[in-house]
Amino acid sequence: MTRLQSAFLKPHPAFVAFVTAGDGDTASNLNALVAGGADVIELGMPFTDPMADGPAIQNANLRSLGARTTTADVLHHAREFRERHPDVPLVLMGYANPMIRRGPEWFADAAAQAGVDGVICVDIPPEEDDALGPALRAKGIAPIRLATPTTDAARLPQVLEGSDGFLYYVSVAGITGQQQAAAASIESAVGKLKAATDLPVAVGFGVRTPEQAADIARVADGVVVGSALVDLVGEHGTDAPRQLKDLTAQMVSAIRRATEGTHA
Amino acid sequence: MNTHPNSFRNQPDERGHFGEFGGRYVAETLMPLVLDLEREYRAAQADPAFAAEFDDLLEHYVGRPSPLYFAERLTEALGGAQVWFKRDELNHTGAHKINNCIGQILLAKRMGKTRIIAETGAGQHGVATATVCARFGLPCVIYMGAEDVQRQSPNVFRMKLLGAEVVPVTSGRGTLKDAMNDALRDWVANVKDTFYIIGTAAGPHPYPEMVRNFQSVIGTEARAQMLDRVGRLPDLLVACIGGGSNALGLFHPFLDDTDVAMLGVEAAGHGLDGDEHAASLLGGAPGVLHGNRTYLLQDEDGQITEGHSISAGLDYPGIGPEHAWLKESGRVEYTAVTDEEALEGFQLLCRTEGIIPALEPSHAIHAVSERAKAMDRDQIVLMNLCGRGDKDIFTVAEKLGVEI
Repeated sequence: MTRLQSAFLKPHPAFVAFVTAGDGDTASNLNALVAGGADVIELGMPFTDPMADGPAIQNANLRSLGARTTTADVLHHAREFRERHPDVPLVLMGYANPMIRRGPEWFADAAAQAGVDGVICVDIPPEEDDALGPALRAKGIAPIRLATPTTDAARLPQVLEGSDGFLYYVSVAGITGQQQAAAASIESAVGKLKAATDLPVAVGFGVRTPEQAADIARVADGVVVGSALVDLVGEHGTDAPRQLKDLTAQMVSAIRRATEGTHA
Repeated sequence: MNTHPNSFRNQPDERGHFGEFGGRYVAETLMPLVLDLEREYRAAQADPAFAAEFDDLLEHYVGRPSPLYFAERLTEALGGAQVWFKRDELNHTGAHKINNCIGQILLAKRMGKTRIIAETGAGQHGVATATVCARFGLPCVIYMGAEDVQRQSPNVFRMKLLGAEVVPVTSGRGTLKDAMNDALRDWVANVKDTFYIIGTAAGPHPYPEMVRNFQSVIGTEARAQMLDRVGRLPDLLVACIGGGSNALGLFHPFLDDTDVAMLGVEAAGHGLDGDEHAASLLGGAPGVLHGNRTYLLQDEDGQITEGHSISAGLDYPGIGPEHAWLKESGRVEYTAVTDEEALEGFQLLCRTEGIIPALEPSHAIHAVSERAKAMDRDQIVLMNLCGRGDKDIFTVAEKLGVEI
């Protein structure tokens, strides 16, 4: 069983926590997320042009690149994380260009050696899977795809084909960190996704409070939080790890309370 | 259209790929939209009424066909090949950009979209978009880098006169590529009612093909005019390249005319040996940005670097994917011209022909000067004069040390 599979077989929905690599003290930030109870870590690869992201993650990218974070640094953070936390799944999330700059095989190989479990590439849809997907699969790394409110029933099978790890449902048509969709629409959308796949479905975009996380936990297999966490890194600098741990613990607690006795 | 297997005119393939370039590298939220756009565009292509309305607007609103002009005094001054210009600077709004905007707004209308967005650098595409939005009564939001808003205040005012909302972009580094990022962010959040009019032959499929086809009116007219006036095709076509839509518009109808050579002119800024240029093909490497795989200005980690050019219209770190393919296939030659050389070309055309060109085609004028001198007097160079220079007189005055 893979680390990602194990994370979604726990007796509660998974809390998936995102921070941007190279923004603040990455090792301490990641440790804090694990200490707070995060089940899956998404480590953002900074990019100059994060066109699917809202201001919070855009700024995290700028801070990271301003600190001269390189691809080698991101992989180094991943490798060290894997040594410290052998059982916590780690997913790299980012944009195509930094991932394929040295060729997809190079990236897949480097990520596998660093102990990365999955990759979310925002701007490689199923239609362009050749650009990265085969290289990831060859190294046993899960290509994690996004489904959105615009992904209709006719298109969904294509999104699921070749998808692995978990399915990331983007609850709103928009950029990261903005408003959250209505709970009813999320429940309906997740229901349709789960009818079409055995993959766990994690829901993100616009989840900022423990209450929102609890609402999603009632209907999904995982809750993804990014912007609210990277905002803490931006605001608190060296004190960010303590803040990250606190918010993560609140989210995790809300998720577990919301689903006590109900989640498989 | 010629579609035999060896044609240079049958790209892209059904996935929007020009060889290894192009494609649809967009977030999942946008993917159904670009597929829908492609379906609607194919339906429009098959509809004679769409073509008829496009042609009618180009003739009576834009002022096409634009003249084909023999630049007699410039030819004399250079002492080599005959220099001819396709006069797209005489179009309504002063550049070739309007051709594409007419096509896309007709498509938007056909699709029932009620809101238009666009990005702009120098403001020419923004003005052209605001113009067609006023003409068709659609609300319009133009994303423009905050620094460009300052530098190009006359164009900002023009857009506002035409009823557009101009949003100064401060995200990232506040440049044209960031304006495109913000336009994409707007589109992804307004998927139902909004049509994104991309200004050049780049972005996710079908934009590169669609923009090229709308702009191909330039080359189609020029080819017929050339045959009519001199009874033969030109020996060399020249056009400047930022994203590359005016060059593709001129080149594409000639691509299978094997005796016609083609030269695309990128902006070398302060020189290709440093970082201060905007020559994606000559100084960049293949990568993925803004929905397509193409040549990009980028560092070894794939981070996008900023272009520089005296001309804000060429100041973009990418290029249309068809140019990337035409470069690799060897069909088109590419060169680059510096800021200084472009200024020389600008002044040369002012003095010899009484035409004030935009700084973008001034790059091409310099390249024409160099090439024509080395050619025979019975040979013909045809350049697309894709924009007029009214917008640039402040920049030029500053560079020449003149206060106005």
